[in-house]
Amino acid sequence: MTYRLWVDKLVQYGSAFLLVIKVLVVVLIAAGLTIKAWPLLQNENLWEILSSSVWSPLKGNFGFLPFILGTVWVTLIALIISVPLCVMASIYLVEFASDRLRKSVLPLMNVLAAIPPVLYGVWGILFVVPILSNYIAPIFGVETTGFSVFAGGIVLAVMIFPILISIMVEVMQTVPQELKDASLSLGATQWETIVSVNLRKARPGIVAAIVLGISRAIGETIAVLMVCGNVPQIPTSWFDAGYPIPALIANNFGEMMSIPMYDSALMFAALLLFVIIFGFNLISRVVLNRLEDHG
Amino acid sequence: MHTLTSSETKEAQTVIETATKPLIQIKDLNVHIEGKQILKNVSLDIPNNSITSIIGPSGCGKTTLLKTLNRLLDDSKEVQVTGSVIVDGENIYGKNAEVTHIRKKMGLLSQKPFPLPMSIYDNIVYGPRIHGERDKSKLKQIVETQLRNVGLWDEVKDRLGTSATRLSIGQQQRLCLARGLAVQPEIILGDESTSALDPISTQTIENLLIELKKDYTIVLVTHILRQARRVSDYILFVYQGEVVEFGKTEDILLNPQQELTKQYVKGFIS
Repeated sequence: MTYRLWVDKLVQYGSAFLLVIKVLVVVLIAAGLTIKAWPLLQNENLWEILSSSVWSPLKGNFGFLPFILGTVWVTLIALIISVPLCVMASIYLVEFASDRLRKSVLPLMNVLAAIPPVLYGVWGILFVVPILSNYIAPIFGVETTGFSVFAGGIVLAVMIFPILISIMVEVMQTVPQELKDASLSLGATQWETIVSVNLRKARPGIVAAIVLGISRAIGETIAVLMVCGNVPQIPTSWFDAGYPIPALIANNFGEMMSIPMYDSALMFAALLLFVIIFGFNLISRVVLNRLEDHG
Repeated sequence: MHTLTSSETKEAQTVIETATKPLIQIKDLNVHIEGKQILKNVSLDIPNNSITSIIGPSGCGKTTLLKTLNRLLDDSKEVQVTGSVIVDGENIYGKNAEVTHIRKKMGLLSQKPFPLPMSIYDNIVYGPRIHGERDKSKLKQIVETQLRNVGLWDEVKDRLGTSATRLSIGQQQRLCLARGLAVQPEIILGDESTSALDPISTQTIENLLIELKKDYTIVLVTHILRQARRVSDYILFVYQGEVVEFGKTEDILLNPQQELTKQYVKGFIS
């Protein structure tokens, strides 16, 4: 009898302990990154690092602006492409599609989410980059290799489709039928109802989905790295090459040892990424939780 | 027990004939949902400028019957409707019938109040705006008139811009009624419209409906017999998708002709 009770207690405290360890990992990562990035922060002013656009590690110049803006460009392009598409696709799935179609498309979306990023990178190199360079850029009179923030944006857009659509569909399904009926019974068309009832009611959830999509896009490394061109410059057009932060870390991690401060700079890049993604995730979780509480 | 006299029977049967040309005429209506027959051969003229209550046990097709009147059933998938519903001389299930036009003629008051996710003011002008009214002063006029109609004006006139969901549930239901009236319907449909409300709000809504019947034809679904007795002029008893009996309120409640009606009214079946 006492043995059984003892096992009971062991399971309770033991699992609590394991949970603490898991949470601790997040804290440790943040702490580790901060400690490693500290030398750079001691040597240079934080604002200067963030706002300088000169990146020449050999001369000790670590300006992160090109990478920050590279990330911003790629992410924004991905959003510009994916958000309207996903909102319309979700509306179709929730309001117009038959149950059968909806039930077969959503799992397909999850398959899309399960494809390893490197395959998206390969797809980007094989299809997106050549199409951009041969067909799309000439329309605008631009000459480009195709390796550009535009290519990165397209690949990222496709990669965040699943998360955007699954959350948007879920949120739109929570809009009560009676509320839609209220609008319809006043003589509104389905489209008018979608605009002034569905989208309005689902707006916080759509925002949360977008924010989650952003944090996914910002952290995405390999697929973007393969198609972005990786030139440490500030992109000025969709067809310019860019160099997002994750690509910077992944590309240079092996060769940083011999250059002073380089490892500290890369760790700072990692810390930057960590803070941004942590913040975005937190925001979207708060919004989604609030949405659940208020129905 | 009250026994029937021949004159009373006659009166019950002549109800439909004595009414002025009815706004809503239902003929041989059959409704199947997902292969299951929900309504069977319903034929009925609903008298104008009066309140008709549809009563019956839950699942008997009351709400389905109500929703076929403004074609809200179209939204759910796999619905088959045969027969005709003639509203204002137009078969709303006819080929050329335009759904938005039909729905505009009817205000719907649902079980729970569902204010649109916008301000009180925008809730009222939502319908008129859709139907093309852009004139601000006219819209303002509509808001005041309709809110006064439902006795809500004095309670909310200083906060028309605030979200409608902040109102109490009884106020919300009156707002929904005002919202429906703002598109100038001829018919009001109520689907157990007071079931979520407290007794005082219920009374307010009931009194409003009784007042409104001079201008509108009102059809209510209710499962509360006492409510049917309080508000309605006519009662329609539906059982398992079929119309069992239709007549004046006091006839149905005191002198039901059919055995089923008798049992339902006395509470033997529910």
